[in-house]
Amino acid sequence: MVSRTFRTRAMAATVAALALGLAACGSSGSGDSSTDAASGGGDSGDLITVGFSQVGAESGWRAANTKSIQDTLTKDNGFDLKFSDAQQKQENQIQAIRSYIAQGVDYIAFSPVVESGWDAVLEEAKQANIPVILTDRAVDSEDTSLYKTFIGSDFVEEGKRIGEWVSDNLGTEPINVVELQGTTGSAPAIDRKQGFEDATKGNPNVKIIASQTGNFTRAEGKTVMEGFLQAYPDIDVVYAHNDDMGLGAIEAIEAAGKVPGKDIKIVSIDGVKDGMTALSEGKINYIVECNPLLGPDLADIIKTLQSGGTVEPRIVTHDDAFDQAAATAALPTRQY
Amino acid sequence: MTTSPTAIPPDQPDQPGEPDRPDARDREPVVAMTGITVTFPGVKALDGVDLRLFPGEVHALMGENGAGKSTLIKALTGVYAVDAGTIVVDGTARTFAGPAQAQAAGISTVYQEVNLCDNLSVAENVMLGHEVRRAGLVDFRGTRRAAREHLRALNLDIDPASTLSSHSLAVQQLVAICRAMVVDARVLILDEPTSSLDVDEVERLFAVVRDLRGRGVAILFVSHFLEQVYAISDRMTVLRNGTLVGEYRTADLPRVELVQKMIGRSLEVLEQLEEAPKRVAAERGVQPYVQALGLGRKGSIEPFDLDVYPGEVVGLAGLLGSGRTELARLLYGADRSDVGELRVEGQPTRLRTPRAALARRIVYSSESRKTEGIIGDLTVRENIVLGLQAERGWLRRIPQRKADEVVAQYVEQLGIRPADPDAIAGNLSGGNQQKVLLARWLATQPRLLLLDEPTRGIDVGAKAEIQRLVAELAEQGMAVVFISAELEEVLRLSHRIAVMRDRRKIGELVNGDDVTTDDVVDLIASGGQDA
Amino acid sequence: MNLGAIARHRLFWPLVALVLLLVASALKSPAFLEVTVRDGHLFGGPVDILRRSSVLLLVALGMTLVIATRGIDLSVGAVMAIAGAVALSQIAASPDPGALSTVLLAMATALAVALAVGVFNGFLVAVVGIQPIVATLIFMTAGRGIAMLITGGQITTVTSAPYKTIASGYWLGLPVAALIAAFVFGVTALLTRRTALGVLIESVGINPSASRLAGVRARTIIWTVYVICAAFACIAGFIKSSDIMAADSNNAGLFIELDAILAVVIGGTSLAGGKFSLTGTLVGSLVITTLTLSITILGIPVNAVSLFKALVVIAVCLLQSPVVQHRMRSRRRRVAPVPVEVPA
Repeated sequence: MVSRTFRTRAMAATVAALALGLAACGSSGSGDSSTDAASGGGDSGDLITVGFSQVGAESGWRAANTKSIQDTLTKDNGFDLKFSDAQQKQENQIQAIRSYIAQGVDYIAFSPVVESGWDAVLEEAKQANIPVILTDRAVDSEDTSLYKTFIGSDFVEEGKRIGEWVSDNLGTEPINVVELQGTTGSAPAIDRKQGFEDATKGNPNVKIIASQTGNFTRAEGKTVMEGFLQAYPDIDVVYAHNDDMGLGAIEAIEAAGKVPGKDIKIVSIDGVKDGMTALSEGKINYIVECNPLLGPDLADIIKTLQSGGTVEPRIVTHDDAFDQAAATAALPTRQY
Repeated sequence: MTTSPTAIPPDQPDQPGEPDRPDARDREPVVAMTGITVTFPGVKALDGVDLRLFPGEVHALMGENGAGKSTLIKALTGVYAVDAGTIVVDGTARTFAGPAQAQAAGISTVYQEVNLCDNLSVAENVMLGHEVRRAGLVDFRGTRRAAREHLRALNLDIDPASTLSSHSLAVQQLVAICRAMVVDARVLILDEPTSSLDVDEVERLFAVVRDLRGRGVAILFVSHFLEQVYAISDRMTVLRNGTLVGEYRTADLPRVELVQKMIGRSLEVLEQLEEAPKRVAAERGVQPYVQALGLGRKGSIEPFDLDVYPGEVVGLAGLLGSGRTELARLLYGADRSDVGELRVEGQPTRLRTPRAALARRIVYSSESRKTEGIIGDLTVRENIVLGLQAERGWLRRIPQRKADEVVAQYVEQLGIRPADPDAIAGNLSGGNQQKVLLARWLATQPRLLLLDEPTRGIDVGAKAEIQRLVAELAEQGMAVVFISAELEEVLRLSHRIAVMRDRRKIGELVNGDDVTTDDVVDLIASGGQDA
Repeated sequence: MNLGAIARHRLFWPLVALVLLLVASALKSPAFLEVTVRDGHLFGGPVDILRRSSVLLLVALGMTLVIATRGIDLSVGAVMAIAGAVALSQIAASPDPGALSTVLLAMATALAVALAVGVFNGFLVAVVGIQPIVATLIFMTAGRGIAMLITGGQITTVTSAPYKTIASGYWLGLPVAALIAAFVFGVTALLTRRTALGVLIESVGINPSASRLAGVRARTIIWTVYVICAAFACIAGFIKSSDIMAADSNNAGLFIELDAILAVVIGGTSLAGGKFSLTGTLVGSLVITTLTLSITILGIPVNAVSLFKALVVIAVCLLQSPVVQHRMRSRRRRVAPVPVEVPA
């Protein structure tokens, strides 16, 4: 049975999505954009116009991140947010940033899909005198004057903390680790891999036997894990670059008739609700948080810059780490 | 049969040259093919065939469908590899890897079905691959200018910038010839160039051909129209079943003998064939099977009245583009009428789709076999039962055995060759494809048969067979509308003739022994004023 | 049939690729081809390939029929996302997510929505006459947006034993997903080859105007194949979302239309429409799925994955192409003595 609300909603969705899909070919196909694309220009009274280009909505973490930014940069708080979803494509993101420059927004903030290839478009923003703030992911530009600051977690540190926990708690005997990498070429994938390798280098017991990309998604995490299970009969630990891939791995391990968290240990990064739930159930063994609630920090930075202040070129957010007990305790009060 | 290029076939004594033209044989042939054999899996398509072309002659290549004319042309132009035999061009043995190489050597071909790009302009079609270039880029204005000159040489005054598809088939055919001449061909192969041209256009084409002959071009002319062959050609080579019958001077070979050589039957049989379809006295029913009352379609055909009775053949006469096809399409529901009324067996009926017509036992065989008739990649069996199947709907598949029976019956009755139901229909010769289409329609047991140019581009034997079949069907009580550009054929078959001009039905003639083609031509010329 | 004729068969090279991938995987990981019984059902590499290829096979089957009519359907991935979103958000909202009736009802709703998309696509193509690639592009871009709205931009996760069975369950020791795909394959084969639908689809694809004049309801047939395609994509969407027990609107079936088209083409159905081969599509789907799985098994470095995939696909397509086959044959023939031309 189709409820009335559902039908209305689907209808509205169809219309909205059609309009979007036809009008802005490729720039944003998802109905996620919360702002009116038609109202352009940075001249909107006292409001500070901020163009934000999000990576996509590939994971629960990203959804929480998007929500935090949209909930903080509101009209009530003095912001006019222009939000776009790049659907994990750099070209979409560059296009979005160009359109923000053309609209003459006051600030541009974005989470780069990949690390490289940003110099040209950031140069354009600099020429247009629009300050750029990187959130959550870094770019590899030599020229640090292209952006004001990079706010986000230290991915190398996250990988290192996971690596240390594995080395200390599991690496007391020889263990085989398989790694589910994030999107190839993205900063978290590179850094989390690096941090983990650095931390476990000194422990000869920890051996990474395979590493493959799961694209930060649950489905691909599961597919790749199934392949690993076929290829390597003696896996002890799964290191997933995010919770979603870890959750996919749980499905694969269960399908293979093994017990996740016992037969094969799982460690991951992020700390989204589904991940934390699995941790409290003992299916995941250890999670290092990567705080997605960047909205308030971003708002503070913009306000500071607006009033003529300066900010540090690198602002690291505070991340917690959880084991089963800590997760169970934290779950009821988690915002995401 | 291996003969040297200069040998004359044994059954043709040497004759002196035409008085008004120097003997072509005084010179070296520009093309000499000797002992050409081409084999396809399981079939010897050509077996030791010779062909010589001299500069400044029009040479007709004659033979029934399947005699190997097309294969010989394709062997010459490198489409098919030759299994045995030699091809000598300008005294040098050559093997072409494809038409492009043949073209480079001065041998251009215009194929039976126009092979041009519909959606490009006339200029682009004419100059395709030979565009005028400036600094490596295409100079479009220069290209158009060059195209216009080439078109002028053929007395074609059309806008080079216009889209090809906006022109009639006839003009497209002339454009195709023009395109072949762009490369300064010394040998021009015309494969059925006149099958879609009307009388005036044929004359226009022939003027061009004579002009080219005067300039020393060797023209290989393939056509089923005997009149045209006799009007234009100097010599001819006759093929039958993939073998050479002989090489003749056109002036020395009476038509009857030519036909006899082509189909290998005795004269008496031939005469019988030609005699058979004499129209029988109309024993038509009381009520017309279909009755059009002021039926018309804007921009397609003016409103017309037409009755077709069971047991009657109604011929549609008129020039190309006079609205013959459009009329038939309205009766079939292929196009929807916007004025007037159609009655089927007295009942007012709106035919919105061909399927609706099919349900009223009306069928239409289109003039474009390739684009609107045969489903090329399907088998003969599938093509024949398609109409029957369409009528039953997709859910009720015709049982294999029933299909086999129907197919076997019509393959036998119509003499479809090869008699293999699993042969791919697209590979059959034109005449056999036409028979497959007839079989498709006859299998649906129609009451009204609309035949649009059923005999175009097919050989004499098949043509006579189809004519006889039409006469028989009418005799059995079927209503037939017969469309043909050949007035003789229309006159021979029809009980009544509806005459068309300028998308209008201008009159009707009741056929009789005293009615001649001149009467029809007069009626067309007068625009129906006296009728 | 001699060896040459076998090598000329259009499925020869795809099958060779399939075998090579399996052998390479087995060499790298000997356990790969072992099929064992675990928890009362079959477990092992081949079983995994069957289960995994079910999604692609379902989508590719529908795509085969669409392509046979000279069309193409780019919206299949989006339809998968919508199917998962509708089904799972309904299950998540119900008081009893584990009940079979809830699951069936949710799936019925999702199927109805998917059919509506198919009807819309078919309408645009068959009635309005919009080019298929453009017509289906609408839902390809808009469909995910719709799915996102339904899930509220979140990944909707549910716990429902009956729904989980679709992708992870086993029946008679075989994966349910593979059985579903096999069943749909069988039904499609029956539908197209035991009725006249197949030949009518081919007829429309080869020559639409001739088919119409032959009395074939070309419009209805074209319309039908888009609806069938959407329905199959919907079932694929169920399996995909059941696989991770979550409706991931952004990623479910992402770019599967390309894989599906590839599977159809590898299977020997021409993009120009006309003759189609369901068996070919089956082989094509298996090749692509095995290729994806073997990447993990073979341990292809992350950065080389795309290249590896492309190389295998290019190799198969090249070896299959008539031009290359012709060249290879004529090269072989050239060795044999042929009559040479005599100089004049």
